[in-house]
Amino acid sequence: MTIRSVLIANRGEIACRILTTCRRLGIETVLAASEIDRDAVPARLADRVIVIGASPATESYLNVSAVIAAALTAGVDAIHPGYGFLAENPKLARRSKEEDLIFIGPTAAQLADLGDKVRARELAAAADLPLVPGRSVANASEAAAFAEGVGYPVVLKATAGGGGKGMTRIDSVSRLAEAFPLAQSEARAAFGDDRLYVERYIENGRHIEVQVLGDGTDVIHFGDRDCSIQRRYQKLVEEAPAPDLGEGLRARIRDAAVRFARHCSYRGLGTVEFLVDIEAERFYFLEMNARIQVEHPVTEAVTGYDLVAEQIAVAGGRPLGIHQDDIALSGHAIECRINAEDPTRDFLPSPGRLTRAVFPAGAGLRVDTHVESGVDVPPFYDSLVAKIIARGRDRLESIDAMQTALDHCRIEGITTNLPLQRAIMSDAQFTAGCVGTRWLENYLSKRHV
Amino acid sequence: MSERLTLDDVREILALLDDSPYDEMTLTTDRFSVSFSRSGGAQWTQETRTSPRADSSTTDAAPAVFAAVEAPAHASAGDGLLPVNAALPGTFYRAPKPGAEPFVDVGSSVDDDTIVAIIETMKLMNPVSAGCRGEVVEILVGNGEMVEVGDVLMRVRSVPA
Repeated sequence: MTIRSVLIANRGEIACRILTTCRRLGIETVLAASEIDRDAVPARLADRVIVIGASPATESYLNVSAVIAAALTAGVDAIHPGYGFLAENPKLARRSKEEDLIFIGPTAAQLADLGDKVRARELAAAADLPLVPGRSVANASEAAAFAEGVGYPVVLKATAGGGGKGMTRIDSVSRLAEAFPLAQSEARAAFGDDRLYVERYIENGRHIEVQVLGDGTDVIHFGDRDCSIQRRYQKLVEEAPAPDLGEGLRARIRDAAVRFARHCSYRGLGTVEFLVDIEAERFYFLEMNARIQVEHPVTEAVTGYDLVAEQIAVAGGRPLGIHQDDIALSGHAIECRINAEDPTRDFLPSPGRLTRAVFPAGAGLRVDTHVESGVDVPPFYDSLVAKIIARGRDRLESIDAMQTALDHCRIEGITTNLPLQRAIMSDAQFTAGCVGTRWLENYLSKRHV
Repeated sequence: MSERLTLDDVREILALLDDSPYDEMTLTTDRFSVSFSRSGGAQWTQETRTSPRADSSTTDAAPAVFAAVEAPAHASAGDGLLPVNAALPGTFYRAPKPGAEPFVDVGSSVDDDTIVAIIETMKLMNPVSAGCRGEVVEILVGNGEMVEVGDVLMRVRSVPA
């Protein structure tokens, strides 16, 4: 069926991003917003706004019944969950189906499978993908028993999670006892589920992921991205395509992603994430994110496709209208996430009033944001305030464009990581390419010693 | 219905400006205003301010105001009680998870680095350390309540080291 109206159950820059595509496609938009967001920029862009609850996410953006009630009240055809919040919650997908609403995402069963780390690993093994050793754990002592078997460091992850929330690297048994309850709390706050999973930690791997799109039968990919610039599993810089990846390894990684999504009969837009050991030319399946991702714009920049539009098309039940051969990558794109956090104070969150927000404009530049001069950045949600995307004919040209773009950003009133992003973009190791997921933390510790 | 500049609109305006002798342009309508200026290296920047919705079903509640102040250091009020302040705004939690034992209670002994609470800000659980040595004599904020920067969360009776 053709989707004519959509309830957007999200906020921030991704709500703006979805609104833009819906408008272009002539789709009516209804925004489900929390109280504090009722007059935010996405609310002004939407055709209609329904306040679904109080400002804390658990009372609004994480409330399945409130989202369903809003969709029914508005009489929309479909729900777009964005990323985070309920995007990978099978209950929302199931309730949508029961109410004859199209959920713009995979089926409830696929979300349940992919959202459960243990089940996802079983599927990956069945699709013949390589795996990092790991298991689910009920408490700190079970995690310690596993860690003693494989050796420290290990990493704790939210079983229901994705996007790095609730993920903690653990170097010792004493750190484990302390970190376990905090990781549980973060997992519960982010996903409403505090089950944890422990995995062996691969030193200095690179985080490489493949953007896929499936219609339930066929699956295609839109190339790869490198998201190795991370701090505590939160990506800060992403680029497409992944630099310095041998073409043989790149092809094997892309094939594995498509093979996995096909094995799941995946329907929707998704990302298969891998940890890649470049020297050993080995890669391991991490997880599949069954949603649009924060970093999708770099893929859009090098492929020319509007991924939200493609996502809406397959959700409406249309078979893939694109063949793998149609997708040609051109140039290189980099994204810098601008977060309301203070890198000089251990990344302390910095919510507050943005007195001034000036962003770069020009050829090859894209800014995805929900902020403008004079808005408040509330403490209830994540700290992302803007994404700057720069495209060039090659990697160095895109880095160069990003440096200029960052120099032309003015964000006042709150503290952001803009100075850190500038420093990364002019760092010799980063510009040379091929840095691993530990690079940023090492870089930060050196800078502050 | 609201209208807003699209990326294509911005590109078109920039193309026009590139051919013009002007270095700055401000376009104001009843729904938005956007300023472009040419800065060093002939690069352009944009600053947008959207007007509130005309059909405002908007809130009458004042927007949250955040105090941009540092949490004061532990200054005793003269009664020998040291405050434990919120270093950032967010949701105050007394226990690591719902139903769990609170980190501390009235009567608990604390050290500088004892975790006494959590403040959830921007989806991060930020542990709050006592920052002083002594005995908790008062807890001023309820579990799950919002706190602002500098709010006194607890008071601790100092014990000499």
